[in-house]
Amino acid sequence: MNVVVCVKQIPDPAVPGSLDPTTHNLVRTGKLIMDDSDSYGVEMALQLASGEGDEVTLVSMAPNGEVSGLRTALAMGASKAILVSDDALRGSDALSTAKVLSAAVRRADPDLVIAATESTDGYTGTMPVQLAELLGLPSVTFAKAVSVDGSTVKVQRQTEAGYDEVEVPLPAVVTVTAGVVEPRYPSFKGIMAAKSKPVDVLGIADLGLEPSQVGASGARQEVVDVADAEARSAGEIVVDEGDGADRIVAFLEQIKVI
Amino acid sequence: MAVDKVWVLVAAGESGPAPITLELLSEARRLGTTVEAVAWGPGAASMAATLGEYGASTLYDVGDLDGALPGPPVAAAMAAMVESGNAPDVVLVPATYDGRDVAGRLSVRLDRPVLTNVTGLAVEGGDVLSQHLVFGGNQVVRARFTGPTPHIFVVRAKSFAAEPAGGPPAAVEALSVPDTGATGTARIVERHVEERTGPKLDEATVVVSGGRGLGGAEHYAMIEELAKLLNGAPGASRAIVDAGWVPYSHQVGQTGKTVKPTVYLACGISGATQHLVGMKGSKHIVAVNKDQDAPIFSVADLGIVGDVHKVLPALIEALKAKA
Ligand SMILES: Cc1cc2nc3c(=O)[nH]c(=O)nc-3n(C[C@H](O)[C@H](O)[C@H](O)COP(=O)(O)OP(=O)(O)OC[C@H]3O[C@@H](n4cnc5c(N)ncnc54)[C@H](O)[C@@H]3O)c2cc1C
Ligand SMILES: Nc1ncnc2c1ncn2[C@@H]1O[C@H](COP(=O)(O)O)[C@@H](O)[C@H]1O
Repeated sequence: MNVVVCVKQIPDPAVPGSLDPTTHNLVRTGKLIMDDSDSYGVEMALQLASGEGDEVTLVSMAPNGEVSGLRTALAMGASKAILVSDDALRGSDALSTAKVLSAAVRRADPDLVIAATESTDGYTGTMPVQLAELLGLPSVTFAKAVSVDGSTVKVQRQTEAGYDEVEVPLPAVVTVTAGVVEPRYPSFKGIMAAKSKPVDVLGIADLGLEPSQVGASGARQEVVDVADAEARSAGEIVVDEGDGADRIVAFLEQIKVI
Repeated sequence: MAVDKVWVLVAAGESGPAPITLELLSEARRLGTTVEAVAWGPGAASMAATLGEYGASTLYDVGDLDGALPGPPVAAAMAAMVESGNAPDVVLVPATYDGRDVAGRLSVRLDRPVLTNVTGLAVEGGDVLSQHLVFGGNQVVRARFTGPTPHIFVVRAKSFAAEPAGGPPAAVEALSVPDTGATGTARIVERHVEERTGPKLDEATVVVSGGRGLGGAEHYAMIEELAKLLNGAPGASRAIVDAGWVPYSHQVGQTGKTVKPTVYLACGISGATQHLVGMKGSKHIVAVNKDQDAPIFSVADLGIVGDVHKVLPALIEALKAKA
């Protein structure tokens, strides 16, 4: 089985983020890393495509030819990667991203495409479904368990009240939640091997796309302004001296909850 | 651009439309002059009275989807309507699982981008401006579409107040679903509904949530007992949902439920930005955490720096003594 995993490379979320005051784009400086949300998809793919001749291909769109996040996923065990990187892609919205990634995914001709339900930095959560529609494929979002039985994918899909068992024929797009599987840590051997795994770097012209279709010029939405949110007024923080519970009771009485 | 027609995608609840549907209809009335609803499922038409009461003049019924996931057929039916000339200026989509699927599919079919995670809307200078909370709700971004309508917004729960307008039942109009080909082949073969006692998490006036600081799945019983004593609902951080301690339906936050109870009790929860966006709108917040620098204290009205294994059992005893 040939599985494609969408891997987003993002600024380290541990470093506080900010928005560029003029462009309002997320400031992206320094090395990008693999979005933790995608480590579940990579692991899921590696588990599903573990047979003879099976292959896991990573697909990513990122600025400046960034590959460090892809190397992490290659070190986990993926076979190869396709990176789309082009100055014209700066400021792309989710729909443009989906158009670009769909062109890249087509090249890999997968049986199954896996993405995360939402990215850590953008969290629009719409890109994978847009990708599925562009590829003419069915999709199952919010998977908390995935298995493949012949040419059918079986998914436990989260719902408001529990979960649904959903079946879909391959090829298909599935988005996985955190916790679907426990991602492995790359081994030393894996890290070494990743250095020589093929990463195909493509520009938008290679994919037959026009600059006007993508990036800021293709985006049909814009940020108008950014402001600080109304802060909650500071509360009372007390160290428990054995009276913590009583203080909570008094507070609940004061607000008439009890 | 003046907003004339607004479509609201209906999310169904246990009986009738879910609260977010009524919130979106109320807001749609404020934005535009004509409000229409789109629903699916065997009970769609039976919601016409309530949807009308909240302002929908027409209910487009996509019908029983026969087990298909709603994204492709509902989006295809909506897109077909737009192509036939009945096009709205604005489409309001609830940020639910199915809502997001419909929005993504519709976006491609109409070739229109989507603005997601919307928490507020306003008409200014003829434009609809959407509001989004970023960086854990510390900053507010306002955005707008610059291209042609329809403009698709995916809106988070609890962003607007639901207010009935006293309208007559919506006129039901059946929509036919165009062939969705391979895209429409995902089928629900079985539904699992988790049992719940007490109020629903996103409707409860008291929410007691537990996080990794509880130390183990077995200690979640304290959260459930407290919730019960306070007639509230138990909630959770994603960390303990991912760890399998509690089902996903308990999760509060960006990927989980948005709650706005009278009081939110966070126990052993650090207060990551993705958790805060789901509960920051609570009227009152009480936090118990042993780390006095935990970010949850920055939003707490009352913060107890202490051990959940000491504070919570004492609180349970105190509440029992009062009952
Ligand atoms: C895309 C994305 C979406 C996300 N969506 C969500 C979401 O919807 N909801 C959500 O909650 N998270 C979400 N997260 C995860 C979030 O970033 C945090 O990882 C998570 O909220 C942490 O959960 P926690 O507070 O239980 O655990 P931790 O961060 O590990 O915090 C545990 C806390 O317990 C305290 N503690 C430990 N022992 C005790 C004790 N004995 N007594 C008292 N206190 C104690 C510690 O001081 C600590 O503050 C998301 C992350 C991403 C990337
Ligand atoms: N630039 C990108 N490159 C690769 N995958 C992406 C990219 N953007 C989004 N994705 C995938 O789509 C998921 C949802 O993204 P988002 O729509 O930004 O929430 C991500 O978690 C990734 O799996």
